[in-house]
Order: sequence, then structure tokens, then C-alpha cells
Amino acid sequence: MISANRVAPPKSEDKPAGTIAGSLRRFGISEEDYMLPARHQIQMVSPDGALVPLDEQGTQPGHEYPIPADQELATAYEQLVIGRRVNDQNSALVRQGRMAVYPSSHGQEACQVAAALCLSGGDWMFPTYRDSVAIMARGVDPVQVMTLFRGDWHGGYNPNERNVGIQSTPLTTQLLHAVGVAHAAKLRGEETVVLAMCGDGATSEGDFHEALNFAAVFKLPVIFFVQNNKYAISVPLAHQSVAPSLAHKAVGYGMAGERVDGNDLVALLAVLGRAVKLAREGSGPLLVEAHTYRMQAHTNADDATRYREDSEVVEWQAKDPLARMRTYLTDRGLLDDAVESRIAERAEVVAAQLREGLSEDLSVDPQDLFKYVFSSPTRQLEEQSALLADELSREEATK
Amino acid sequence: MSATITTSSEANGNVSAATAKAAARAAASEGGPQSVTLARAINAAMVDAMETDRAVIVFGEDVGLLGGVFRITDGLTKTFGDQRCFDTPLAESGIVGMAVGMAMNGMRPVIEMQFDAFAYPAFEQIVSHVAKMHNRTKGAVKLPMVIRIPYAGGIGGVEHHCDSSEAYYAHTAGLKVYAPATVADGYRMLREAIDSDDPVIFLEPKKLYWSKDLVDLEVLRAQHADNVEAGTSSEGRAAVARPGTDATLIAYGPSVSTALAAAAAAAEEGRSLEVIDVRSIVPFDDETVVASVRKTGRAVVIAEAHGFASVASEIVARVQERCFHSLAAPIRRVTGFDVPYPAPKLEHFYLPGVDRILDAVDDLQWED
Repeated sequence: MISANRVAPPKSEDKPAGTIAGSLRRFGISEEDYMLPARHQIQMVSPDGALVPLDEQGTQPGHEYPIPADQELATAYEQLVIGRRVNDQNSALVRQGRMAVYPSSHGQEACQVAAALCLSGGDWMFPTYRDSVAIMARGVDPVQVMTLFRGDWHGGYNPNERNVGIQSTPLTTQLLHAVGVAHAAKLRGEETVVLAMCGDGATSEGDFHEALNFAAVFKLPVIFFVQNNKYAISVPLAHQSVAPSLAHKAVGYGMAGERVDGNDLVALLAVLGRAVKLAREGSGPLLVEAHTYRMQAHTNADDATRYREDSEVVEWQAKDPLARMRTYLTDRGLLDDAVESRIAERAEVVAAQLREGLSEDLSVDPQDLFKYVFSSPTRQLEEQSALLADELSREEATK
Repeated sequence: MSATITTSSEANGNVSAATAKAAARAAASEGGPQSVTLARAINAAMVDAMETDRAVIVFGEDVGLLGGVFRITDGLTKTFGDQRCFDTPLAESGIVGMAVGMAMNGMRPVIEMQFDAFAYPAFEQIVSHVAKMHNRTKGAVKLPMVIRIPYAGGIGGVEHHCDSSEAYYAHTAGLKVYAPATVADGYRMLREAIDSDDPVIFLEPKKLYWSKDLVDLEVLRAQHADNVEAGTSSEGRAAVARPGTDATLIAYGPSVSTALAAAAAAAEEGRSLEVIDVRSIVPFDDETVVASVRKTGRAVVIAEAHGFASVASEIVARVQERCFHSLAAPIRRVTGFDVPYPAPKLEHFYLPGVDRILDAVDDLQWED
């Protein structure tokens, strides 16, 4: 075991010695059947909110998923409602000019929530610029998350506080950071699982390949979670890949892949929950592809009508993750008007927090430019800092 | 300063702060100065850092059992096990990206890019993350990692094996860029790079790997320990590699030995040239360089890299801004031509050599 200059989280002494071979013995299937995704995507709740019959959920031997516990579903639903409210609030703030840009995950909130909730506190998450809702669901302060988009600084939260990597804009570069965090943890014998997020277009990037291969070769507990929202800005998936599915890419690296309905929160919690459990037990990395849809344009600067038909958007509106979950939970007796209004109130609290936090006219400190380039500024940076200070003081004097 | 720590190509005491304690330990050590290669000094620095701190780990391509294509990591896997020195899949972006994550999570990775031009696939990780993480997170995330790159030419290498890529890194805010030129600095500067909480691009002049100097590694070890204890280091400080009075030659990495050879030749002709070894390109030691040029009034900057938009250009600009009234002649550059690094049979036309340096010195508007 390797020590480090960092306090180690508690270790589990009684975890089974896990390997892919161990998983195979447990599930009684071939290595190929373990690694290849099930023949169909996993779906547990249909778009109209009904429980899908067990034999139609897409499961097969070795790819079986029990329905998550009621309490888990209730917690997740609350986060789903908050996530939708956050997306809509932030888009409104952009329209009002209070934020520079906001890549909305409207329509993808089930993926966002499941990504956050499947992890334990000591685990890590590596999100992209579209994953703000997932970061908030992991407990990071909403206003700090939005700092990046408000334009005060290129990041607003401390990654070490909730074990959330800084939002990455260069596509899939953060997947390698996830691999490194998992590798360091493994060398120290810690049972940290790392969830690394990217989109469908990003799977074309070289770092996607390198990250999956490194994670597999070093047998690291990393879940690669691909939100296939069908578009990379304007370019549809068909121009990115002609693989049978993105989840099928897993077998090429020697890891297991699975496809899941990305607008079905129940299935997402089940599939990601099992992936995290397997990874923690030592089965190595897994690739989960969630089929979802980016309901809005790439950002406020984009015009989605130039590259996709309204009819397609309407089709996906009927598959909305929130309406589906509400119907399902109500029918199950887990949700009623009283609970619903309590959750709505909580969502309003977060929305108000965002409105207030982002309306505040925060002054930026120009000297911050020089403070954090290195652990301590070089002489050259000190000179430049003095130059700017002098400029500003002369400006001040002429006012 | 004890004579035992002065190497043949390092005549000054600007860098080494030998304390009484280190000198005493040196006297007690049996070996004394020995003929040591740059390769061995760099290897020793990694061994000592790994022994001192278990968070220090080494990985890259062929660095494990083989010991690296230049054998710089020789014996590390055997000594420290394959969890602390290991081979990765053949993917440079993967190596650097994984190191970022490891550094975020408590490790101090020392990674090897096999050759200068093989580091380019990792360029995005280096400029977009390695250089920026500390700034983006306002210091919450530090990346104490060293990217070792065997660099530059002079070995008759084939295409893509001889690039001088320092300008790319030096131009990127947030990276420290070290270029050792001596055996002792190979040890000293790598230890400091590994100790640094900032990411360091560590450029190893591959043509000097097998060059030897008389050094006492025990003394270097002791000095490093004393520096750590005292919270001091030689980081960001240039060295006067050879004192002189008539003109200043400014060089770093593989060009320092060439500059010293030129200074030796000039001395035979009665001209006293001072040679400054820049050592650390970022942070840059304006003070030492400027003091020398103010004294001599003439300067030539020497580097293997292409001259256009280069580190040499930056040095000329900085010196000119600070020393204008002390200058007797425009500052000259002797650099590689602005052509792709040539094939082995042509490289001697390209590389700055003693004659080209002396021609540039002759052009510095001497009155006589």
C-alpha cells in the first residue's frame, strides 16, 4: 500500500476480492456476455409512468436490476424537481443578462440526479460544463457552481469539499483525471469509486479512448457515464459513431457496458447503483450509456431549429423524465399533493438562492489575476501585478 | 563554499548554498567527488525522492523493467515495486491526464515523456489542465507533478526525436520550466521540481545524458536536505557558469556546454566571456542575467530551438529593456535555423556551434 500526503478515508477490510472473473462466477455468464451490453436498453418505467413488466425491462442473465428502495426513489424525485427548477431558473437568468451563458441539462435531469446519488461521500465525480445539476445534487453550493457561467472566475467551488472535479470544457479530458484519482486511491487501498461524465459527441475524442483503456488496464473503479443526448452542438450521433451503441465500445477495452433509458430515473438509479457496487467490489471500470435528449439548444448562443425538426423535440417531450417519475410515484402511493408542494417549496428556495446570488453585483479583484498562477507569484508576476496596481491607482486619482 | 561540490562546468557559488552542516557531512562521507553522468544524477534524484516521500511515483512508457529508453528510471521498479514505478499504455495524453488526477488525490507523480516530440499528444492536458488547475480553483487544487522530457538534439536522432520544445511550455502561464545543464543540477533541480507544489516541465538535454562531471551525490543529498529544512531552494536562479568581463553568453540546457566551449576558445584569443546558465526558464532570473550584461555591455543568447518567437527572443527582449544604456552593441542570438529539425547528416549545420557563437561575438561592435 502506498501512503500519501493526504488523510486516507476509512478502508473496508471485509470487501470480497473482486475481479471480472469473480463477477462471471457470480452471474454464471461468459466474459463476452458480461462485457457486452444487454440486447436492449434497460427501462423500468415507461414514458407514461407505468412499471414495465419484468420480462420487458431489457434485463437478461447477468444484467439484472432490482427496483431501488422507496426512500431512494423519493429522495431522487426531490432532486429531479429541484434540478428542473435550477435549469429553468438559470436559463431565465441568462435571458436577463445576469449570467454569460448556461448549458442547460433540461430533459437530462434524471441522468444528472442519478449520477450524483449513486455515489458515496468519499467517491469522486468528474462533470462537464452541462452537469451543473449533478454537481448541485452532490451538495455543492448552487451559486458557487454558477460562478463559472457568471463570469467572475473560471471556477467557483473547491473540488476537494465534495470530491467533485472542476467542470471541464475540453471534452473528455476530465475522464483521465477521474482515472488518476481512482488510481491514487487504489494504490492506497481506499475503496473510492469515481464517476466520469461525458456526452455522445465526446466519445469521438482521443482522451475518451485513452481514459477507458487506462482504467481497464489498471483495473480501476471508474464508471464512465455517457449521456447520449443525440447532439454534439448541431452534429447528430450518426456522424460521431456507427458502432451498434456507445455502450458496445466497452467490450473493446475489456470492460462491461450497459445501455439505459436516460429519462427513466428508476432504471438509472438501478443501473448506476449496480455499476458503482461492482466497481467498488473490484470488477474494474464500467461504461454506462444513457439515452436522453437535449431539449434545449446547446447554449443560449445556439439555434437548434437550424439542425433538428420540432417534431423530434415534441416526440421527446412525451418521454420527459419528470412527468414520468411523478406519475409512477403517485401511482405507487409514494407521492401526494402535500409532498409535491413541499418539494416545490424546496425547489423555490434553491431558485431564490440562485436569483439572489447571481444578482449580487460582486466586485472582482484584479489582483486575483496574479495570485493563483503558481503557489506563490514569480518576480515577473509581481512586477505585472504592481504595473496593474499603478494603472488602477492613476485611474482612481483622475476620477 | 566547499570545493567538493564544485563541478568542472559549474564554477560559481550562486546556486549551491552549502551549509557548514552539509560540508561536515561531506567530510565524513567516504566517497568524495566521483565521475557521475547526468543520467545517473537524475536517477539518483528520483530514488532519493521516492525514499523520502511515498507519494512520489514514476510512470510512463518503458520506464518499468526496461528502465526507460535512456535508462533514466533504471532500477526504480526493482527497488520500489511495480506500484510505484510502472509502465502505462502507450498514450501520452493518458499519462499526463492520469497524473493530473493522481496529483489531485495526494500523489506526486514524476512522469516521463519518451521524447520531446512524443509529448505533443499530451499538449492539451498540459496547457488546458496542468497549467490552469491551480488558477481555476484559486489554489484549492495543487498539481505537484513533474513532466520529464528528454529533449533537444545533437545525438543524430531520427525525425521527431530532437525537438527543442521549451517555447511552447514557457509561453503557457502556470508551468514552471527547468532546463538543467550540469550533472549536479540534474540532481538538484529534479529534487526541487519534485518538491514543488507547482507543475514542472523538466527538460533533460539528451545529448548530455552520458556526459560526466565530478560530483559528490552525498553532498548534493545533504544540501537538499538542508535546503528543505531551511525552506530555501535554487529555484528560479541562474548561475554564472564561467566568469568573464568582455561579453556575456546566455544559454540553457544543451547549449551551456557549447557556450562554455566558445568561452574557452575566446579566452585563447584574449577575450574574456562570461557564461550564464539560465537553469530555470520559468521562473526566469532577470537579476543575474541583467547584472552580467550591465557589467560586460555585450551579450549573445544561445539556444538550439528555432530563433523565431523563441525563449532566446524573450531573453533578448528582457535584457534590452533592462540594460539598454549599458549596451555597446545590439544583443545577438545564435539559435537553430527556422527549419524543421534536420536529419542526422545535416544537424551539425543547424546546431549552434562554437564558430557561429564566436562569429556573433566578433560582431558585437568592438572598438579595436
